[in-house]
This record gives sequence, C-alpha cells and structure tokens, in this order.
Amino acid sequence: MNQAQNFTKGLLRENPILVLVLGTCPTLATTSSSLNGIGMGVATTFVLLGSNVMISLLSDYIPDKVRIPAFIVIIASFVTIVDLVMQAYVPDLYKTLGIFIPLIVVNCIVLGRAEAFASKNSVFSAMIDGLGMGLGFTIALGILGAFREIAGSGSIFGYKFIPGDGILVFILAPGAFIALGYLIALVNKIRKT
Amino acid sequence: MEYILIIISAIIVNNIVLAQFLGVCPFLGVSNKVGTAIGMSVAVTFVMVLATLVTYLIQVYVLNKMGIAFMQTITFILVIASLVQMVEIILKKISQPLYQALGIFLPLITTNCAVLGVAILVIKKNYNLLEGVVYGAATAVGFGLALIILAGIREQLELADVPGVMKGVPLSLVTAGILALAFMGFTGIVK
Repeated sequence: MNQAQNFTKGLLRENPILVLVLGTCPTLATTSSSLNGIGMGVATTFVLLGSNVMISLLSDYIPDKVRIPAFIVIIASFVTIVDLVMQAYVPDLYKTLGIFIPLIVVNCIVLGRAEAFASKNSVFSAMIDGLGMGLGFTIALGILGAFREIAGSGSIFGYKFIPGDGILVFILAPGAFIALGYLIALVNKIRKT
Repeated sequence: MEYILIIISAIIVNNIVLAQFLGVCPFLGVSNKVGTAIGMSVAVTFVMVLATLVTYLIQVYVLNKMGIAFMQTITFILVIASLVQMVEIILKKISQPLYQALGIFLPLITTNCAVLGVAILVIKKNYNLLEGVVYGAATAVGFGLALIILAGIREQLELADVPGVMKGVPLSLVTAGILALAFMGFTGIVK
C-alpha cells in the first residue's frame, strides 16, 4: 500500500466514526456546534499523531506482554500535554469540551490504531496513518457539528443566517443520537452504490 | 436527602449514557440481547464503585498531597486498568460461576469511558468519599437501566423490516435518540 492510499483510507473507506463506529462518545458529546466538533477533532488528531509516532519508534523495545499498558501510558502522556496546552491557550473551548479532553485516553480509535497499525509499521507510515485517521475523525465531527448547528440554532461557525430559534432538539442530547444515526445510514448508502 | 438527590439525578435526570454521552461504545456494542446487557451492567456496577473508591483515595492522599494533580489522567487510567485485571484474577479464584457470568465483560470495561469519566467527575464535583461512592453506584445503575431498555427494544426490532442501510448501528442510534428524548422528560426534577 502506498502512502497516498495510507493517508486517504481514514477519510472515507475506513473512517473511524462513520464506517468503523469507534469513539462514539466524544462524537456525540462535542458536536453541539461545528467549532466544538472541529476543536475536539484537532485535539484527538494531535494525540493520535503523537502516540502513533512514539509507539512506532518504541515498538521494538516494548515487551509483547506489557504492550497494552505501555501504549496506554504513552497515550495518556500526550493527552495530558493536550489537556494542559488547551487549558492555557483556549480556555473557553477547554471549558465547553470539559471532561472529554482527558477522556481522549479511552477513545478506542487511538488505542486501536496503536495496536493495529503503529506497532507493526515504520515511523513514517504510522505518522501518515495518524494524520489520515485524525483528519477523518475531524471531518466527521465537523459535518455532524455543522448539521446540528444549522438545524438546531440556524447558524454555522457561530454566524447566524436563519432567523428564529431553530429545532432545539438537535442541540440537545437526543438530536445527537438521531443525527449520527442518519449520517451513518447515509454513508452506508454512498458506500453501497 | 442529599444522597437521594444524587441518586435520582445520576440514574434518571443526568443519565450517564443518554444525557452525558459516556459509555456509548458498550451501550451500542452489547445491547443486542437482554441477558448480555444484564451481565455487562452488573460488571460495570462492580468495577465503577470500586474504581470510584480507589481513585478518590489516590487523588486525595497521593496526588493532592504530593502536588502532582496534573498526573490525574495517567494515574487514573492505570489504576482502573490494573483494578479490572485484579478483579478478574480474584473472581476466577473465589467464585467460578460469577467469573463465568462476568468474565468476558471485564476486559471490555477498561476502555469503557464511563468508568474513567465518573472517577474524574467525582473529583471535579468536589464530592466527599461517601457521596462519590453513592454517585458511582447510582451512575452505574443508570447505565444498566439504559442498556437493558435498549436491549429489550432491539430484541423486538430484530423482527421489524427496516431499510438495508439503516440495519445495525444507525437503527440503534436512532432508537437511543428516542429513548434520550423520553428521559429528557425528567429534566427539572433535580437541578
């Protein structure tokens, strides 16, 4: 598989959210607006990139039996970095995303890529894989966030273009489940044709 | 009274899955049969109470004492992972039937974000030890409630004729959305 394919597989064919359905918790919780969704996506991409590169570098030295705890420690370190950096530079976004920043550590996507890809491939491939998967995750969060923001409050990226209140339920919890359900159904339809 | 408020709030009003979006992966993953849903709920309750207790003590007596509260994420996930492993080993030794019933669910719980989420939330909300444990137990019951209801609905939906693209995950998500809508009716009981 060449590097271009390696990069693009995360975008649609193996999109972590829309096709593999991993990491649904942050997807549902942080997409009440497009900006929040993208912010979460960027934070996760950074962790994914960092942990993929680090695990690929260290994979020859980590004994096979303790690899999962070792991976978790590496991932948790990157999550702590993101947590502290966001707290310092984007306090508003940090407050909205709240508990979901430390919870990147239990996002199945990150550990899944470490185990399935980074530990078996070269540093460069692992880096491309992390970027591609992270971008796929961010795009899915962006689309879901944009849809919920347009339907729920009639605005996009904070700019209001439909007067009135919008369909409030899409901002609230039930709307997240329903919107993601139909988005995955739509992607299923696109992939089948 | 305060404890009753915590319990009602955690089970119904701020249901961990349907209102706070924690633990959605196992919620979608093991909700196809009521039997497995019950097994998973019991295992989660067990681990969540234990994890809340241990992480609270570690936060107060180790991390805060030594001034390294920023190590919270790393410490908690390691504690929970080793706790799950330990529970598995002990259960295997002392109660074979219980191990057979819960054993397969235990490894899955390490990556259940609800357990880590509750551990962090208890610290964030400044609960004391007893409040924290009550909150952990009530949250786990709320998780079980949502999981078992969804499993019951999905068992019925097996027989329904749905469009091919909606089969599986999309249908479960939409069902969960309607369930969340029902739970929203309780908003306002507890603030």
